[in-house]
Amino acid sequence: MRKYFPFFVKYKKGLILAPLLVIADVICEIVQPYLMSDIVDQGIRQKSLHYILQTGGIMVILSLLAIVANIGNIYYSSHASVGFAAELRKNLFNKIQQFSFSNLDKFSSASLVTRITNDVNILQDVIMMSLRMLIRGPLMMVFAVVIAIRIDTGLASIIAIAIPVLAVCIFFILRSGLPYFEKMQKKLDRLNAVVQENLVNIRVVKSFVREEFEMKKFGVTNDELREMSIRASGLVVMILPVMQLIMNLSIVAIVWFGGNKIIAGHFQVGQLMSFITYITQILMSLMMLSMLIMTFSRAEASSIRILEVLNTTVDIVDSSDALEKNYMIQKGKVVFDNVSFKYHPDGKEFVLKNINLTVQPGQTIALIGATGSSKSTLVELIPRLYDVSEGSIMIDDIDIREYKLKTLRSRVNLVLQKNVVFTGTIMENIKWGDPKATDEAVFAATQDAQAHDFIMSFPNQYETVLGQGGVNVSGGQKQRLCLARAILGKPVVLILDDSTSAVDTATDAKIRESFKKHLPDTTIFIIAQRVSSIQSADNIVILDDGKIIGSGNHVELLKSSRVYQEIYHSQQLNEVSAV
Amino acid sequence: MSEPGTSNIKLTPAGLPGRRGSISAEKPKNSRWVISRLWRYLSRQTKMLFVVIVLLLINTASTLAGSYLLRPIINNYILHKNIPGLLYMIGVLISIYIIGFIAGFFQNRLMIVVAQKTVHVIRADLFRKLETLPLHFFDTNNHGDLMSRFTNDIDNVSDSLNTSITQFFTSTLTLVGILALMIYISPILTSVTLIIVPLMLFVASKIIHKSKDYFTAQQVELGKANGYVEEMITGQKVVKVFCYEESAAGKFEKINYELRDKATKAQLYSGVMSPIIQNLNTINFALTATVGGVLAIFRGLDLGGLAAFLQYSRQFGRPVNEISSQYNNLQSALAGAERIFQIMDEIPEIPDIPEAAALTQVTGDVQFENVVFAYDTGKPVLKNISLAAKAGQKIALVGSTGAGKTTIMNLLPRFYDIQSGNITIDGYDIKKIQRSNLRRLLAIVLQDTHLFTATVMENIRYGRLEATDEEVTDASQLSGAHSFIIRLPQAYQTVLENDGSNLSQGQRQLLNIARATVARPSILILDEATSSIDTRTEQIIQEGMDRLMKGRTSFVIAHRLSTVRNADEILVLENGEIIEKGNHETLLRQKGKYFELYTGQFD
Repeated sequence: MRKYFPFFVKYKKGLILAPLLVIADVICEIVQPYLMSDIVDQGIRQKSLHYILQTGGIMVILSLLAIVANIGNIYYSSHASVGFAAELRKNLFNKIQQFSFSNLDKFSSASLVTRITNDVNILQDVIMMSLRMLIRGPLMMVFAVVIAIRIDTGLASIIAIAIPVLAVCIFFILRSGLPYFEKMQKKLDRLNAVVQENLVNIRVVKSFVREEFEMKKFGVTNDELREMSIRASGLVVMILPVMQLIMNLSIVAIVWFGGNKIIAGHFQVGQLMSFITYITQILMSLMMLSMLIMTFSRAEASSIRILEVLNTTVDIVDSSDALEKNYMIQKGKVVFDNVSFKYHPDGKEFVLKNINLTVQPGQTIALIGATGSSKSTLVELIPRLYDVSEGSIMIDDIDIREYKLKTLRSRVNLVLQKNVVFTGTIMENIKWGDPKATDEAVFAATQDAQAHDFIMSFPNQYETVLGQGGVNVSGGQKQRLCLARAILGKPVVLILDDSTSAVDTATDAKIRESFKKHLPDTTIFIIAQRVSSIQSADNIVILDDGKIIGSGNHVELLKSSRVYQEIYHSQQLNEVSAV
Repeated sequence: MSEPGTSNIKLTPAGLPGRRGSISAEKPKNSRWVISRLWRYLSRQTKMLFVVIVLLLINTASTLAGSYLLRPIINNYILHKNIPGLLYMIGVLISIYIIGFIAGFFQNRLMIVVAQKTVHVIRADLFRKLETLPLHFFDTNNHGDLMSRFTNDIDNVSDSLNTSITQFFTSTLTLVGILALMIYISPILTSVTLIIVPLMLFVASKIIHKSKDYFTAQQVELGKANGYVEEMITGQKVVKVFCYEESAAGKFEKINYELRDKATKAQLYSGVMSPIIQNLNTINFALTATVGGVLAIFRGLDLGGLAAFLQYSRQFGRPVNEISSQYNNLQSALAGAERIFQIMDEIPEIPDIPEAAALTQVTGDVQFENVVFAYDTGKPVLKNISLAAKAGQKIALVGSTGAGKTTIMNLLPRFYDIQSGNITIDGYDIKKIQRSNLRRLLAIVLQDTHLFTATVMENIRYGRLEATDEEVTDASQLSGAHSFIIRLPQAYQTVLENDGSNLSQGQRQLLNIARATVARPSILILDEATSSIDTRTEQIIQEGMDRLMKGRTSFVIAHRLSTVRNADEILVLENGEIIEKGNHETLLRQKGKYFELYTGQFD
């Protein structure tokens, strides 16, 4: 709970005023039945019009005051709760912006999105409800009990019995209901997962003619869900009739004992009426409270998920040293010095083992190896998307951890294997690489990435709006846009992680050519499956199971490395006979 | 997107005091139609519904009667000091309340059963329908949107059936009953209430109206904020690579504060309604007490009557509140139901013609004759495609992205139907073969791998449900998947979750190939099936693949030309047309497009 206080700071006025106004509202309301009994017992009995009108006037004025207090309460509680939610959302979003790759790997992006959206909304609702009802219920109860005791201590004991009885009933209903709700939720999640999978996998379902099979699968979960829902909801809807019964029986008790007292002359009809009203009010507030408790239990899960994000320690940050020194990257010499890496500090196996590698400025280095040989991991260490577990990486002979992250990442550009473009025009997307770039610089970058021509072929050219995820461009086009985006910033080190896999070979060749011509001083790392893409590299490194098992240029490797020969021949099969 | 555990649990039992009227901006477009459709589901349980209605009437009547009895109790027994009579009346009162409780108890329970059974059938129907829809439907509809029909819309319907409908009726009945009894007790006093009631309704409708506007505005902002969050977080790794964090945070801050301002207004207006009505009711109570007092003095209104009347006037606010908020719930549920029924009315895959054949054994001769196809009429994607695959041949399709390779392969299993031309298998027009039969003859392995939440074993067995464990392991050995499977924590019993996110893309492709292998198809379609498997591993599994393709007609789409070099025939596509065909050697000799592609790859 303390974790959330900072988000209220800006809205503390509402946080304080809302409950105060509730108190005002409760006072205005709680005296109503009391005054009413005065009208009956004093006014009517003494046949005093003046008394009735005076008391009635006070009642009306008090209810008008209550309206003002209530509107004020809603005003301040919506400000406080919505404001709180806005601050929380902002902080969550900013926190996630700071996340390192390994932080991000821990959460699925879908789950992060739900946390910022749904979970925050749920907390907002709870705070809104709390500001309105949390004090209201107990306050109402206390006041009503006090007044009831003042009227008649004996009858007040009926209230003293009814409250715990109802509380216990609600407690037991909720306690037996909540586990069913959890189970129901699990079934619901399972059902949704089946639907989701069917939407995504519909081609598989249809091609194997598994519609019936899927319907059966869905049917089983659907049946279970129905049973759980009937049990869960069936229990909770019991609260209402139970409450009604307890309330009504209390009224009966009051009528009986009160009636007897009236007959004995110790009590008055107006008081009896106000008593009935009080007991109704008290039990109602208890109900409100129980509702709030249910909402709390639902919000707890959301709160846990939110705190999980807020409490995550960001594991890659600028050291104070780096901030102070503010080194620049100029040349682009990259050295791996005995680097080992594992994703989890307590993981058993290293995914990269004792990597030693030196790349001179302007060189092109290629990484090749089987799926799962950790090629991507190796290059992701250079811009510190992950930090090495052992050893060190140096750029221009300075440990990369001594650069500011911003300096490092703006000079080392990585084109990810799983790349994305964002909603916005093509121009805006490419300018991500360098927000200050001129249009000419953008054109130069797109020409190098072989993207200019197809962009110009669109009706709106550079102003073409890309849909989310770039749905309106083909895979190859998207890759070329991402490439242009990466070279726009004129990086000192450029890393291409299988980033032209969907580009046809002819275009791919052209891209390599223009890189050679226009980016001669850039150090380039290439990961590729095609030997043709890497043949001309200054140095080719073969990775296997996280270790370097060979390096050299194409000609040397063809001679010395059996693995490289195999890779080469797997792609060159029959070539001799063909030409 | 809903991750496990986050879908909203709606615990709120209906009709509780203080329930916040959730005001949504939604309305069904054609309420009558939706209601009649919904009734078709509900009417399956007419008997139960009838019982619910009877119980509801009893429950409401007992509430009304209980309050009314205060009048004779005070007038005739308490004021007349008649203790045995009072005791008798107490007995009557208790009986009435207990009857009311029993009725309320069963009414609520039964309605839950009715509601959940109904929702169960709707859900099943919706899913059943979904499974029969053509691929076109899934390709053109947003999955998130379809999901929300299953989650939000059905939830809404379920909640409404659970409680809103009965609450709505109970409240209306109570309101009418209270009014009638009030008039019966004192018409003059009732007129006080009748001044307040229109005021209440007026305020309620004004507020609902206003808040709907603000809600729409909030919804728009919420959509923007959620959209931005989703996009940025999905692309978070790219954001990091480009140091875009600050810009993203700045942009979000702006969107976020705009949302805050709109949401505050929406919350204010939606929150304020129920307390205002409650307060107006307090004023009503105050006025009633005052006027009642005056009437008692000058018009001889009896004390018992005044007591009962005051009791009613306190109860008055609740049904008014309930009616307005339940009306809203019902509206949004109907809007949800409408969206559900819209899907149910989508046109399913064209049914098989009556005389459609069921082929048990085919040799696998596939022929395309002058096939023309367009996703949108007027823009043909495939123009005049003709090809012939003899049984057991390996046919390769190559060409640049968007040339129409995948589209051709969508036509063979009739995922899409052609506009003109002919496709035959063993001489049978595929339109004259039962669709399920046709698809069983084929097995398709796609580039995008698709796995289910189930064990590895079950995922592979998906290809042929009758396959034994042994056949599954054989198939995975053949397809090269076995060696990595046995290294998984529980080997074949490892449960794959989230579309197998714990496997590499290459491993998932191997599983897909194994699944196709176990299916023992006559015709095999491999659409970039090995694109993420490195060439060396591909080489290793090539043997298995060749064995798999042996004796089966296979169509192979591949970027990597090394994969298709040994095909019997290679078709080069461009812009929906076959521009070259022949085997590897002849095509190279032609020095056309294929030559260009090939030499570009190995320069």
